[in-house]
Amino acid sequence: MGEVKLIATTQSLFCTRVEWALKLKGVEYEFIEEEDLRNKSPLLLKYNPVHKKVPLLLHHGKPIAESLVILEYIEETWKENPLLPQDPYERALARFWAQFLGDKCVFGAWEAAHKAEGEEKTKAIESAQESLAFLEKQIAGKKYFGGEEIGFLDIVAGWIPHWLSVMEEVGGMKLLEAEKFPLLHEWAHNFIQIPLIRECIPPREKLLDYFNASISYMRSLATNKQ
Amino acid sequence: MAEEVKVFRTWSSPFAFRVVWALQFKGVPYENIYEDLSEKSSLLLHYNPIHKKVPVLVHNGKPLAESLVILEYIEETWKQTPLFPEDPYERATARFWARFGDDQVLPSVFGVFIKQGKEREEAIVTAHGNLKYLEEELRGKKFFSGEKIGFLDLAFGWVANLVSVFEEIQGLTLIDHEKYPLLLAWIQNFMDDPIIKESWPPRDKLITKYQALLGSFIPKEAAEK
Repeated sequence: MGEVKLIATTQSLFCTRVEWALKLKGVEYEFIEEEDLRNKSPLLLKYNPVHKKVPLLLHHGKPIAESLVILEYIEETWKENPLLPQDPYERALARFWAQFLGDKCVFGAWEAAHKAEGEEKTKAIESAQESLAFLEKQIAGKKYFGGEEIGFLDIVAGWIPHWLSVMEEVGGMKLLEAEKFPLLHEWAHNFIQIPLIRECIPPREKLLDYFNASISYMRSLATNKQ
Repeated sequence: MAEEVKVFRTWSSPFAFRVVWALQFKGVPYENIYEDLSEKSSLLLHYNPIHKKVPVLVHNGKPLAESLVILEYIEETWKQTPLFPEDPYERATARFWARFGDDQVLPSVFGVFIKQGKEREEAIVTAHGNLKYLEEELRGKKFFSGEKIGFLDLAFGWVANLVSVFEEIQGLTLIDHEKYPLLLAWIQNFMDDPIIKESWPPRDKLITKYQALLGSFIPKEAAEK
């Protein structure tokens, strides 16, 4: 099918999504590590001039950016192991939830993590948990969001078992409480046990360092603004 | 089973227009259900509990929200008059630009409309930084989708619909002839299409609406200074 390259960082949850999709479909690819996002490579700037972000997929030298767009491209290009359901309505629901997970949820959790203790943090935590409550409803009656097997939505929600738990630690907060979200908690546990999934996640220590550095930086910005 | 298609919308929502245009291009009969967003119907809240917004498409009782998601559903459900390109790479490109439009271009243009003074000047710079990509995308093409109107044109329909309204109200020109000859030509071609024309919100109503909207922003801006 031609050469596939993925420009990515190991800690970005958006990049790991793409790796999971490629691996699930048995697509061979070259991982090109973007070492320092504060000093972006000429390759990244050339192929993603609009956003200058990772992940960036290169297929036959043609770039595709934005993780959800990349996932749809992978789905349409490599037909084995379909990630999206067959039925158009189910597909639309998967896309709707993917957008919700990609936007509201990730940044909601991140917001809650980096805010210092106080009313704003409490509000951010509540808001993030509202999003998790919607997800709890979605997983009801199913082992995975995709049903018996993992699919598109599991991949997009896949940041929850690993990245969210690190955000919780650095942010001094608990979002995915087992008593409040038993089904989501169980899904997270099942998902992260899958070998193919597990083999792509960054080491926890590395992620802790990365998030701690980000939070310190953002809190210092906030302090400087006052 | 008889098809039942309803679109929950307002008369002006550019996001709802995307859905309505797509259905019209495909010749799918549907019913408009107009919402008053200051007093949302219980039905809308039932069908879109997460975002509580329009548009919502309800097909045989099954609801869908988020206009770009709805457009993909319409494409997959009614196969006549395809709106998306066939090639996966071109589809990815179209999806990329549609998201860019909603996430970056629209907020930056809206920022130019509602902001004042120095903030507006900054917003103008940001908006131009985004709009230039649209101009580039039109190179060698009549429409974003090629020879005919397609998904990406519908996604950018708000540019044809609203930018000139914002410009008139604020007495400024954002999309000028010098920088954006292709985009201006696209706006005209888009508006001239008979199907688009048929569902076009009245300009004078839009002016009134956005003038009022501006009025609701300004006191807040003044209070924050």
